[in-house]
Amino acid sequence: MKTRLAGTRPMPAPARAVRPLRAYASVWKLRMLQGLQYRAAALAGMATQLFWGFMFVMIYDAFYSHATVAPPMSLRELVSYVWLQQAFLALIMLWFRDNELFRLITTGNIAYELCRPCGIYGFWYAKLLAMRLSVALLRCFPLLLVVVFLPQPYGLMPPPDAAQFLLFLAALLLGLLVLVAISMLIYASVFITMSPAGSLLLFGVSGEFFMGAIIPVPLMPEWLQRVANALPFRWCADFPFRVYSGHVSAEEALAGLLVQAFWLAVLVALGKRAFDRALARVTVQGG
Amino acid sequence: MSGFRLYFKYMQMLFKAEMQYRTSFWLLSVGQFFVPFAVFAGLYFLFERFGQLRGWSFYETALCFAVIQMAFALSECFARGFDSFSSLIVNGDFDRLLVRPRSTFVQVLGSQFEFTRVGRLVQGAVVLGWVLARLPVAWDVGKMVTLALMIVSGVFIFTGIFILAATLCFWTVQGLELANIFTDGGREMAQFPLDIYKKWVTRFFTFVIPFGCANYLPLLYILDRTDGPAALYMLSPLAGIAFLFPCLLVWRIGVRHYRSTGS
Repeated sequence: MKTRLAGTRPMPAPARAVRPLRAYASVWKLRMLQGLQYRAAALAGMATQLFWGFMFVMIYDAFYSHATVAPPMSLRELVSYVWLQQAFLALIMLWFRDNELFRLITTGNIAYELCRPCGIYGFWYAKLLAMRLSVALLRCFPLLLVVVFLPQPYGLMPPPDAAQFLLFLAALLLGLLVLVAISMLIYASVFITMSPAGSLLLFGVSGEFFMGAIIPVPLMPEWLQRVANALPFRWCADFPFRVYSGHVSAEEALAGLLVQAFWLAVLVALGKRAFDRALARVTVQGG
Repeated sequence: MSGFRLYFKYMQMLFKAEMQYRTSFWLLSVGQFFVPFAVFAGLYFLFERFGQLRGWSFYETALCFAVIQMAFALSECFARGFDSFSSLIVNGDFDRLLVRPRSTFVQVLGSQFEFTRVGRLVQGAVVLGWVLARLPVAWDVGKMVTLALMIVSGVFIFTGIFILAATLCFWTVQGLELANIFTDGGREMAQFPLDIYKKWVTRFFTFVIPFGCANYLPLLYILDRTDGPAALYMLSPLAGIAFLFPCLLVWRIGVRHYRSTGS
């Protein structure tokens, strides 16, 4: 093994050119390990999500029990939708945020981030992705394990077949990528507004509504469903959860994956541009 | 009485401080309007599709929703000090409150206000106004008083839960997410008439945490669906108000167990 003296070390080539993915991967790993430290918080979170899930299931059960026309989604599909939403909350919620990044922007410590030899967009994207995944991985399995064994109609139904399940996984993953791309836009906006509250609220409220977190998209009136379809939010949560239960057929799911890929490309391009613009104007005032 | 004076002094002071950032205040208030608005829209669309909920009409449920939202907004505004109490403990600031010759309750209560909740309050009030205009109820003095009592009772219950959650911090230091089940969860749950849930849930939220006394039981009185002595239904919100007293007792025990984090 060759050792080099610090003094004689050649100037490192910009890592962006060398191995950007490796840098992102190690950021990702670090964050994952950090997130996994908080086990007690995870347990408390799980109990909370079980409670919320139960409440929603009971409310929908009450609505369904006297429904005069058949609703567009069976109760079993709806219950699975609710439980998946609760289990993967960390993957789909826009208010789930990294205050550290906001602080970097508002305090000016962003200067340090800019010194790093890799693109800030990719760097933060990896950070946010890891944060969401670490929380979700820790929370989803115990919760899913509990809700699978709940008696019908309160339990999570198994997916209709293996192919549908694989499609669900693909849709969930792509959806997560889309969601992180959306949240990057929120971070970009903080460069201009200097306070995350406004954009978080705007994105949070409208995003949550149109992703079906308040009422499932299929239960919305026709015109509102059209609006939801035209926005990216639904593709992060509503779509994968309906693929799981088979409410969206395999062919539709494949087409949906393409739509997700489209949104991902558009949102990443938009986000990158917004970041470049914001960083070009960024002024750090000493301190 | 000096407790009250002190509390209002605190309020005045913090309100002036908040008004230094006027734009931010208004923006946040507008945001606070839209959060429950989205939930209310969801409720509306569900009723549009299903027509009714176990015999409850949209307007009847919306009355529940408005009362609970207003109660929650008021208690989040005025009891915010307890809601964010864990920061007082973590930073060791609670030590400072202990050396002052006033009750810890008033000082913690006055340590923070969340005036932006006015947005949520307005949203609740708008819904309430709309519902009152549409609900076919013959309003008399008794019913008006009951309605007011429902809101007051809700405020006391939420405040009681905030105090209980804050008391837990004496032992756990960090605030627990678990407490959200009873604050946010309780709010979400009590937006609907409680009898739509499973029996044990209804019982828990009537006899342990008396949300049922703030919305379901008095609602039956307002809608003339009582079964038995009406006065009992009418006065049930008082049980919600009484909920605060055991909470205060627990708070006292907690204060006695306080050990500073030393930071």
